[in-house]
Amino acid sequence: MDWNFISEYVPMYIQAAWTTLSLAFWGILLSLFIGLFCSLTLYFKVPVLKRVTAAYVELSRNTPLLVQLFFLYFGLPKIGIVISSQSCAIIGLAFLGGSYMSEALRSGLESVEKGQVEAALSVGLNQGQIVRYVILPQAVSVSVPPLCANIIFLIKETSVFSVVALADLMYVAKDLIGLYYKTDEALLLLVLSYLAILLPISIAASVLERRVRYAGFGN
Amino acid sequence: MQDLGIRVLLEGNNMIRLLDGLWVTVRISLLAVVISIVMGILLGMVMTLKNPVTKALTRIYLEFIRIMPQLVLLFLIYFGAAKAFNIHISGELSAVIVFTLWGTAEMGDLVRGALISIPKHQYDSSAALGLTGIQIYRYIIIPQTLRRLIPLAINLVTRMIKTTSLIVLIGVVEVLKVGQQIIEASRYTAPSAALWIYGTVFFLYFIVCFPISKLSGKLEKRWQN
Repeated sequence: MDWNFISEYVPMYIQAAWTTLSLAFWGILLSLFIGLFCSLTLYFKVPVLKRVTAAYVELSRNTPLLVQLFFLYFGLPKIGIVISSQSCAIIGLAFLGGSYMSEALRSGLESVEKGQVEAALSVGLNQGQIVRYVILPQAVSVSVPPLCANIIFLIKETSVFSVVALADLMYVAKDLIGLYYKTDEALLLLVLSYLAILLPISIAASVLERRVRYAGFGN
Repeated sequence: MQDLGIRVLLEGNNMIRLLDGLWVTVRISLLAVVISIVMGILLGMVMTLKNPVTKALTRIYLEFIRIMPQLVLLFLIYFGAAKAFNIHISGELSAVIVFTLWGTAEMGDLVRGALISIPKHQYDSSAALGLTGIQIYRYIIIPQTLRRLIPLAINLVTRMIKTTSLIVLIGVVEVLKVGQQIIEASRYTAPSAALWIYGTVFFLYFIVCFPISKLSGKLEKRWQN
């Protein structure tokens, strides 16, 4: 191990980790919105939209992010749609994540009993209020464990961002291996960086899961 | 321009080459899945033991494999192990090793979950009947766990196939790489080939994974109770 080399390149990894994290943040945020929208259309069985959403969910769940990114980044410019690397990464992650989030939220929505909605109707809440005050709070508490799992999954998926010419952690590691043949050092830093990102999130997720377990009604 | 692009797919044996590339991906995932299922069942059984040492070891293994992106694991084997032990591991072999390690961890956790979901009285009453440890598993526990396990294991196959797309990044010639070769070869004759080729690859993955995930969902629903 060449410790000088390691200390020299730590800042590069930190910067790359920062790139990964900020893209992951926007991608995940967007995927939560897409997921919420999709799960609500599926839950309320909105006529035409329901089919479109179902097709989208199947399409995005059954294809790898890598292939989606290739299509977005190398395929679409051929018909005049040029997207920057960053937007590509965010769109790709949101396209993939949206369906996973939708499934997670839908399982939560479906766990809310019919009696809850009926009771809400009988006290005179309108449709919007029922969703906002009755269904969502209960559904989200059930959905938290799968949502957390999806967030971790999506952060892990960001490791393919290097294919759309983004200097993420994988890119830096591969670069250092190629340039200096410092394989051990580069890989050690790579593993440590991902541990530094994912370990706290995974621990926070399990703490959060334990806390919201009591939020459900009647338990 | 665009009709030129779609022609590339049908030219020569391009479509056959793409399918051959897809087969490389599918073959690696199937091989890894088969080994992972066998090893995962063993791992899952070990994980239910009360021994603190095996508990700690399997836990560390599981957490490490699950927290690392699969691409990092591929790099560790393909670049790291090659240098550390001074051996050459081909891209395909490292893919099988990595996906087996990963699949074993995932499968092990599924098996453990299925095993502990079996009520304790099932173990107790079979022990009371005088069955040995092996007999308890063979006749009582395994048949019940299989029903919970099979849909999840099938689902693992689709996850494995999707994840295997990463092997292009360690230099294995699979469907994406073949697609790139075709695009490069027809750069001047069909400039818009990339759209059609990558679109085709996208749908090829969908066509492979969709039926498998549908099957898994259907079995899960049917065997719920």
